[in-house]
Amino acid sequence: MTIDIGSVSDQPKTGGRPVLDIDKLKVTFATDSGDVYAVKDVSLEVNPGEVVAIVGESGSGKTVTAKTILGLLPETAVSSGAVLINGNNVISVSAAKLRQIRGRDVAMVFQEPSTALNPVFTVGWQIAEGIRAHADTAGHRVSAKEAKARAIEALRKVGIPDPETRVNYYPHQFSGGQKQRVVIAAALALNPGLIVADEPTTALDVTVQAEILELLRDLRDKYGTSIVLITHNMGVVADLADRVVVMYQGDVVEEAPARVLFAQPREDYTKKLLAAVPHLGRNSASQGMTERAHQGGKVLVEAKNLTIEYPGRLGSPAFKAVDGVNFTVSEGEVFGLVGESGSGKTTIGRAIAGLNRTTGGSLKVLGYEMLNFKERTFKPLRKEIGFVFQDPAASFNPQLTIGDCVAEPLIIHSNPSPAEARKRVGELLESVQLPASYAERFPHELSGGQRQRASLARALILNPKLLIADEPTSALDVSVQAVVLELFKEIQREFGFAALFISHDLAVVDMLSHWVGVLYKGKMVEQGLGNQVMGNPQHEYTKKLIASLPVPDPDEQARRRQEFRAVLGG
Amino acid sequence: MNATIVSGRKQPLVYRLPVISHFRKSVGLQRGMLVTGLVLTIFFLLTTVLAPFIAPYGYSQLSDASGTFPAQQAPGGNHILGTTVGGYDVFSRVIWGSQTAVIVIVVAVAMSIFLGVALGLVSGYFGGWLDRILVVIADAIYAFPSLLLAIVMSIVINRGQSSFWGGIVACSFAISVVFVPQYFRVIRAETIRLKAEPFVESAKVVGASSVRIMGRHIFKNATRTLPLIFTLNASEAILTLAGLGFLGFGIEPSSAAEWGFDLNKAMADASSGIWWTGVFPGMAIVLTVLGLTLVGESMNDLNDPRLRGRKRAGGKVPAGSPGPTQAAPGAEASAESRMP
Repeated sequence: MTIDIGSVSDQPKTGGRPVLDIDKLKVTFATDSGDVYAVKDVSLEVNPGEVVAIVGESGSGKTVTAKTILGLLPETAVSSGAVLINGNNVISVSAAKLRQIRGRDVAMVFQEPSTALNPVFTVGWQIAEGIRAHADTAGHRVSAKEAKARAIEALRKVGIPDPETRVNYYPHQFSGGQKQRVVIAAALALNPGLIVADEPTTALDVTVQAEILELLRDLRDKYGTSIVLITHNMGVVADLADRVVVMYQGDVVEEAPARVLFAQPREDYTKKLLAAVPHLGRNSASQGMTERAHQGGKVLVEAKNLTIEYPGRLGSPAFKAVDGVNFTVSEGEVFGLVGESGSGKTTIGRAIAGLNRTTGGSLKVLGYEMLNFKERTFKPLRKEIGFVFQDPAASFNPQLTIGDCVAEPLIIHSNPSPAEARKRVGELLESVQLPASYAERFPHELSGGQRQRASLARALILNPKLLIADEPTSALDVSVQAVVLELFKEIQREFGFAALFISHDLAVVDMLSHWVGVLYKGKMVEQGLGNQVMGNPQHEYTKKLIASLPVPDPDEQARRRQEFRAVLGG
Repeated sequence: MNATIVSGRKQPLVYRLPVISHFRKSVGLQRGMLVTGLVLTIFFLLTTVLAPFIAPYGYSQLSDASGTFPAQQAPGGNHILGTTVGGYDVFSRVIWGSQTAVIVIVVAVAMSIFLGVALGLVSGYFGGWLDRILVVIADAIYAFPSLLLAIVMSIVINRGQSSFWGGIVACSFAISVVFVPQYFRVIRAETIRLKAEPFVESAKVVGASSVRIMGRHIFKNATRTLPLIFTLNASEAILTLAGLGFLGFGIEPSSAAEWGFDLNKAMADASSGIWWTGVFPGMAIVLTVLGLTLVGESMNDLNDPRLRGRKRAGGKVPAGSPGPTQAAPGAEASAESRMP
């Protein structure tokens, strides 16, 4: 494969010195178990109008690097090296000087917009706060009126409709994506040359993510703002970045223009990282299928017009989390449930496991009608149902060993002798590719991926007919996710259980599921074979969902971006 | 097979015990506070255990072979800390008083901890009407001044005056009525938090019974803060006991030595220049409470990673900042020298 290197230089390279120059940065944290070297030796430059993405898995030091740029490290950290912003070294300037630099020369966009905004002040006040903290060009204090006018201007820039009215709104009156726009507006208020965006879209749904990425690109194009984009999502990188810096365990592994990096990664780690990223339409579980499989077997879960309501507060109506959903899961089948946050997918999973009550319609789990749920009568069926939770760190009792945790279902349902239990735990751990000796470890001694495998072992120890996996890989790094997904696929084939696989990630769902259902605001808008839903979506929402998913390939993503605009327009 | 297994092991039990693990984590000023508290507390406990050997006379002894003790004698001679108006030896009574204090702490806290933890677990886990009733009761008890409650209890149990065990039980009972809601509140809050944790839900979906979930999953995770409340409550128990004694609802001097009672009797002395009868029991109360509070407060700070001071990171320090060899007294030092 050849690369037209000439086309790489289409990034705006206005001469002059870089807006950000990091030189030999080292950051060390003091912890209870000794010093931790979070950033070992990082050097990088950001030129005016350039988008530089720092990618890496958790623990790679990317967020610490970003925080150093704004001098936001906690007290326990010690940093050395140089971080030059317009000639000022952030590491060594005084606190007063640092305050001047923040906001004026560099600003930050945080990951979680709902916590980055203070709920008791209007968004206008919060944007104006930054403006009023700095003197204007003539050196005068900015008046409240002027600051508000500039806040309105900033809101208009980021595409908030009717900014004159909404400047007086409180954060809770905005949706998640709009809140992130407000955070970006606050960052933009003083026209800084550089914006540091730390996982700006991670907390957002994929359709909203596409809009925010669009906005960030506009800022660069219209105002020449440089952006340092911290992310773990290769799709986002492909969509936005000009240049990519790959970090691993505190070191820069590779640095290259985005198109070069994706086409011809140089280092092994980068290659591995890119290979692990799930790519929509590749490696689909339903590849080559033309009709629904496993329909001969028994139907394990049957939802007819299923409705689940959460009671509203006094005076407000009940909230319908799931609204008239129909589906079936048959023996041996993997059913993928996709949807954005608030679509009701987790509620359905929890209802099947008896953690939520159903309020209408009918949900039959292994023949048991969940509408008349009683813990006592449902308990015998529990051994047929395994459940894998989203966060493997939280789903193990920290006080018990992995062996105790994995054996728990066995002990509750069949009361085995300790030797039998130990043997069975050993077998299960082996089958999820963990050494049997891990049974004696405590959960915190395992990595995230290992914990999630142990969690799978716990779910499978009673050989259940049905497994519910609620976002089992979304708390994991991509390379770990790839391994866990592969293992899941293998074990499913080996054990032959039916599975309800819940995820917000279309590519992940497609990799595992034979049959896919798309949920939107509690309604099942589309279901069908994985390859058909992903390849030829029928419903408007599914089309939008698929179009907004960024793929880890800059050229393909540029093309998809056009399509996304078309979908939005049409 | 795997060399990393060893490094990941749990630390030996000794290092995980509450106070010892806190001591190992501490640094600088926080360690100083903890050590001061520990020294005072250990001194107090040793006195209790060794009281029969340290105290020259019994707590109710009024005479020895050489005759009746003189009243209100100044410190010196046979009575190092002097004698009271009733002719008791002040030093002996201060020493014996520590025994009463420890017994009251142990009985009071034992009574309240079991009841409080059990009620907190049940109330937090099941919720519903039971929870609401228990919370209202706990709130109602909070609304009472604890000393008033203790007085009422003391009157109900033994009409205000009593024998040794009668007094101890009355006191402990009064104190535990006040403390049960504290344990109840803390454990209930922890239980409600833990109830929503995925590991509890995962126990639910595998079919674990409520008793098993409470005992095995919630209880162990909810009790981390108990040593802290225990130490703080212990000091409060001493104060309540002293308060009761001072007001005359304590234990008769012939049944046990009690600091609050002695303080009460010393009131009249203070105006006539007899300082020793009041100062020494008073100091005993202050030092004991100070020791326990210091231990409790430092444990509280050390439990919270955000309040806990640490040694500065790294040998490599940017030029111009104070070197790492300088003693770094905890959080204060790292705060000021963070940004050189």
